[in-house]
Amino acid sequence: MAEGKFLFEVTGVSKRYGSCTALEPTDLRIPGGKTTVLIGQSGSGKSTLLRLMLGLVQPDSGRVYFDGAELAPQNLLALRRRMGYGIQGGGLFPHLTASGNVSLMARYLRWPSERIELRLSELVELTQFPRDGLGRFPHELSGGQAQRVSLMRALMLGPEALLLDEPLGALDPVTRYELQADLKAVFEKLGKTVVLVTHDIGEAAFFGHLLVVLRQGRIIQQGTIEELVRAPADPFVTRFIRAQRNPLASVGPQAP
Amino acid sequence: MRRAWVCALVLASCRTGAREDSGAPRITVGSKSFTESVILGEVVAQMANWAGARVDHRRELGGTKLLWSALLAGYVDVYPEYTGTIAQEILGKSGIRGDEAIRQALAERGVVVSASLGFNNTYAIGMRRAVADRLGIRTISDLARHSELRFGFSNEFMDRADGWPALRNRYHLPQQNVSGVDHDVAYRGLQSGAIDATDLYSTDAEIRYYQLRVLEDDLHVFPEYRAVVLYRAQLKDRAPEVLRALSRLEGAISEDQMMAMNARVKLDRVPEPSVAADFLDEKLGVHGEVREETLVSRLLRNLKEHLFLVSLSLLAAIAFSLPLGVLAARWPRLGEIVLGVVGIIQTIPSLALLVFMIPLLGIGARPSIVALFLYSLLPIVRNTYSGLRGIPIEIRESAEALGLPRFARLRLIDLPIASRSILAGIKTSAVINVGTATLGALIGAGGFGQPILTGIRLNDVGLILQGAIPAAALALLVQAVFEVAERALVPRGLRSTPSS
Repeated sequence: MAEGKFLFEVTGVSKRYGSCTALEPTDLRIPGGKTTVLIGQSGSGKSTLLRLMLGLVQPDSGRVYFDGAELAPQNLLALRRRMGYGIQGGGLFPHLTASGNVSLMARYLRWPSERIELRLSELVELTQFPRDGLGRFPHELSGGQAQRVSLMRALMLGPEALLLDEPLGALDPVTRYELQADLKAVFEKLGKTVVLVTHDIGEAAFFGHLLVVLRQGRIIQQGTIEELVRAPADPFVTRFIRAQRNPLASVGPQAP
Repeated sequence: MRRAWVCALVLASCRTGAREDSGAPRITVGSKSFTESVILGEVVAQMANWAGARVDHRRELGGTKLLWSALLAGYVDVYPEYTGTIAQEILGKSGIRGDEAIRQALAERGVVVSASLGFNNTYAIGMRRAVADRLGIRTISDLARHSELRFGFSNEFMDRADGWPALRNRYHLPQQNVSGVDHDVAYRGLQSGAIDATDLYSTDAEIRYYQLRVLEDDLHVFPEYRAVVLYRAQLKDRAPEVLRALSRLEGAISEDQMMAMNARVKLDRVPEPSVAADFLDEKLGVHGEVREETLVSRLLRNLKEHLFLVSLSLLAAIAFSLPLGVLAARWPRLGEIVLGVVGIIQTIPSLALLVFMIPLLGIGARPSIVALFLYSLLPIVRNTYSGLRGIPIEIRESAEALGLPRFARLRLIDLPIASRSILAGIKTSAVINVGTATLGALIGAGGFGQPILTGIRLNDVGLILQGAIPAAALALLVQAVFEVAERALVPRGLRSTPSS
């Protein structure tokens, strides 16, 4: 086992929901300090794989290791505090303000309030969230702001890994575009291990050092975007890459 | 009443009469919720009081079953009853007939029946005295000679085998014009001449009011409903002087005297204690003690009793239902069972529930509080359950992913988000509870049900409103209090509707 090099190790993990197989027995290693993108269509098992890595879902078979430790009921809470999790729409707690959402866990762990304040300031800066928005409730935030709050919440305790499930899924194109750039800047600045789930190949290519393509509960190829384009392991990979249309291609040459 | 409060508060075993303070025996007298029973209960109570006992008269309890259970369980020591009811309703299933057999059957249950108090309150046929005199009718047999007479009978009397069918067959009555009408309508029909005869009870107050003649049942078709007193056999040892005093009532009340007392209460609106006291004074030279209550002090007492029932039962229901709802939401299979059970509880008729609880809890506030507690469970359990189940999975998983332990998630995330639904459930329970608490009157717990029950019995709308209006006002007040509480307790982020 290559400890240190791989932050997550998934061995022989499978998951069924009733008669429906969400994930066939799967092995995967997530390299530390890089951004790995799980990509596939709806129902490909990419979200299930991510949630298995967080212990939100218990595998039917196989094991999940985080930093060399197997995920088990007795260490799950402690390990989760070393991971940050963000989802489509933000998943913010509606009864708490933005700062309430972000600092919930730190307050639970009885951080001194100065430390919380300091950390909040850092995060506001990092995510470019408007400071006066901290007192707002989730329903008073725009989609992009909610996503930034969600990111701050995930980063609050300074986790080693960031697991994001379609973080930009529910946003309009302009906001999405802006946030993609900001998010990538954050990833690069922090140098953390990031696992990101998306169905958008463009987004995957934009973020990912390593792309993992899933189809019907199976990993069919992993590699860089260049490798996927140059040497697709399966006709599906090619189809999947081609299926993402570039709207500009049909328009012809663009104005400078 | 203070005693009942203390009793219920400490939930101590306070079976009335189990203790003897300062040598004076404690006697609990019961009566049913119709006027004659209340008057007789008051007569018995004052007599026992005169004999040196400390007496508690639980008036207007919810019916034969309830009083009989309370007597057997020792929560009532003595109450007035009728021989026909003992034979039909109390011992009906065992098929016991005849005075001696009944005496024997009651003795086996530790109950003694007195000799008749002197009158028989059974079905009777009544006509306007003027009409009866004109036609020369004194007995039911005389009716057979007047086939043109029109009868209007209560529906129950028409249907019962020992009612009109028995009467017609035995007396060979030829009348064709026989209709079923409401009892009150029948009296007015008699007065207006629309009907000539109706069924009534032989001591009804209306006999005097409408100047009716009660026809003699010369062939003895109607069962005997002689008034008696039922008491626990152990009174012989515990309060012999009370039994000696009560024995003076045997044969002391004639049908006319009972009718007159009923009329004074129902028609002249004289309170039962005064009527009973006057009777004892005139007939036996016994000076009873009559305490009069002012309107304000009675309303305050009813309010106090009502609030006591509501607050205790509601607090207990909240304390019990909230965790139950949480558990139900946590384990959905358990949840289905829990919701099913509390739903079934809701369908149990209140009187049945109260009768069922008498052997365990007696009469008064305790069984009422338990009944109200049970009826309050469903809205709180269901709203807690649905409030928690309604939290979107992404919120629950986000909380889980933070690494919050289960109990902290419940406290910091789940319960605050479900708070609006939970509070709405508690509010529903509270409002229903205030209304349902009127059932406390059925079992001697007082509250605003008491004036309602008495008002219905005396056909006194004013009295009904004295209970109904404060109860309704209290329900509205509770509603308002909860709306204020909602503003204080539900987090601000949940109150305004999300903007799109």
